[in-house]
Amino acid sequence: MAKNVVIPIGPQHPSLKEPACFTITLEGEKVVNAVVGTGYNHRGLEKACEARSYLQDIYIIERVCGICSHIHSTTFCQSVEELAGVEIPRRAAYIRTLMAELERLHSHLLWLGIAGHEVGFDTLLMYSWRDRELVLDILAMLGGNRVNYGINTLGGVRRDVTPEQIEKIRKVVDIVEERNKYYVQLALSETTLAARLGGIGKLSHDDAIKFGAVGPVSRAAEVADDIRVTDPYSAYDEVPVTAITDNHADVFGRTVVRVLEIMESVKMIRFCLDNLPDGDIAVKVPRKIPEGEAFVRTEAPRGEDAHYVRSNGTDKPDRVRVRAASEANWHGMKHMLEGDYLADVPIIIAAIDPCYSCTDRAIVLDNHDTGKQSVIDWRTLREYSINWYKARGIDTGKIKIADSHLIF
Amino acid sequence: MAKSLFEKAIDWGRRKSPWIIHFNAGACNGCDIEVVDAITPRFDVERFGLMLKGTPRHADVLVCTGAVTLQTRDRLKRIYEQMPDPKFVIAVGTCACSGGIFDGCYCVAGGIDAVIPVNVYVPGCAARPEAIIDAVVKLLTALENMQKGTPAAPVDDNVADVSALEEIENAVTEASAAAVHSDNQPADSATTGSQGGEE
Repeated sequence: MAKNVVIPIGPQHPSLKEPACFTITLEGEKVVNAVVGTGYNHRGLEKACEARSYLQDIYIIERVCGICSHIHSTTFCQSVEELAGVEIPRRAAYIRTLMAELERLHSHLLWLGIAGHEVGFDTLLMYSWRDRELVLDILAMLGGNRVNYGINTLGGVRRDVTPEQIEKIRKVVDIVEERNKYYVQLALSETTLAARLGGIGKLSHDDAIKFGAVGPVSRAAEVADDIRVTDPYSAYDEVPVTAITDNHADVFGRTVVRVLEIMESVKMIRFCLDNLPDGDIAVKVPRKIPEGEAFVRTEAPRGEDAHYVRSNGTDKPDRVRVRAASEANWHGMKHMLEGDYLADVPIIIAAIDPCYSCTDRAIVLDNHDTGKQSVIDWRTLREYSINWYKARGIDTGKIKIADSHLIF
Repeated sequence: MAKSLFEKAIDWGRRKSPWIIHFNAGACNGCDIEVVDAITPRFDVERFGLMLKGTPRHADVLVCTGAVTLQTRDRLKRIYEQMPDPKFVIAVGTCACSGGIFDGCYCVAGGIDAVIPVNVYVPGCAARPEAIIDAVVKLLTALENMQKGTPAAPVDDNVADVSALEEIENAVTEASAAAVHSDNQPADSATTGSQGGEE
């Protein structure tokens, strides 16, 4: 009988840029068990929110995650607006939608690069992050900051969009669309990528529902679960949204869903710019919020983001609970990893677009095996996985980039 | 005492190819992504000889982001101890500098300097890649001064200057727009293609 080897990975590993510990049990080269250990990024955000006023909380909530910061603050603001019984102006709703879609653009381009890096296709990392810079410029122009835009406030948005800015956004969106056409083509027709990503990290339609997977992970398994469609918020009741689904139910499917979603976001951004209503950008919200509780769901780039806010009639919330998308997707991780080769582990983990700062709200205690362990860091594992596939004739480093794409 | 050729070579190596390791001590991801951004084509901090490494035993510079949580505190210490001398620490972002908005939370120990000594502080939420590049250059300049024996400029009060960058960014956006819309434009930036080596 083959002897099982237990391999702890992390918490420090350079690829994901965030701490997490995976304990993976191997039988030969096959993963038979996987334990995800998070909690390294737990900062006590929810408690911090209780000690501050609603307006100050927006600042904290925006820093739940540095990638999907806008969607978190949107969700929180919406919860408080619901409690206060305030309806935001249409223009503010459109600006929020515009920011959310721009954020999705940058987040998906970011993921594409990370995925490329994990499979040894570093050229893709450099290209997609180069294109992402253009989107960040726009976000910085609209909100004033590259990462945490700070555009949301209770009752609307803090900054208006000027006609000159709209022209600039159109220009950038054209570029991103042009570039993304190539990524779509690459994802759909590149045989090396299909061989590397196809069939691994399987999470079937039923399993996706069972484990409560959200966002691109569930949509890649044909679960048409998109809050923008099923429970429209902001301006999504007017903006045409198509939930992109795929039937591959594996890492390849998740890639396809994401690149196609970039195309959808581009369409939505154009719609928002064309149909931006006139009017105010914010209404006044009272400092003290009436007693009650609110639960609001939104669609973050990584999937469903849910906030629960309970107020006690003062200017500070009684309880704030954040359920970010990555938190939901961790549950299926064990199932996705089991049965696959060790070489597939980095890309399977990267394919849910994990975001630890979002996730680490609760402290999870794991019983680590006390048996014989060997230690592997993420980088070594990534190199191992690239070489493992190279030995089997799948070398993503050899993918030729189209000449037209070299233009900057 | 004059330095031997060997010592001079080591000094030169330290100055010209500092290897860095990045550790997220409890950041919101914003600064982490900006650190990675700094090595991608627009900012390309690798032109200063920097290389992102996976293990602390190979690294000269520890780039730290985020307020230190109780869970990562000991790990941060361990990573710092594993690094060979001389070692430098750059604290990236307001949280890393002082704890930022998380200071006082029940499981936050404070800024990076609450656990390990810090050489350069880069404020900002999130710190812009330009500020990170500036911090690296200032660290390298201070290192050079130290090696020459001239009094080192104090490295711990660097405030990165990120003004006047919008013009450059606008110029780049315009250039890219022109590039996409004219199909016959020659590929003038071959450098972006060759960047895809080791991160």
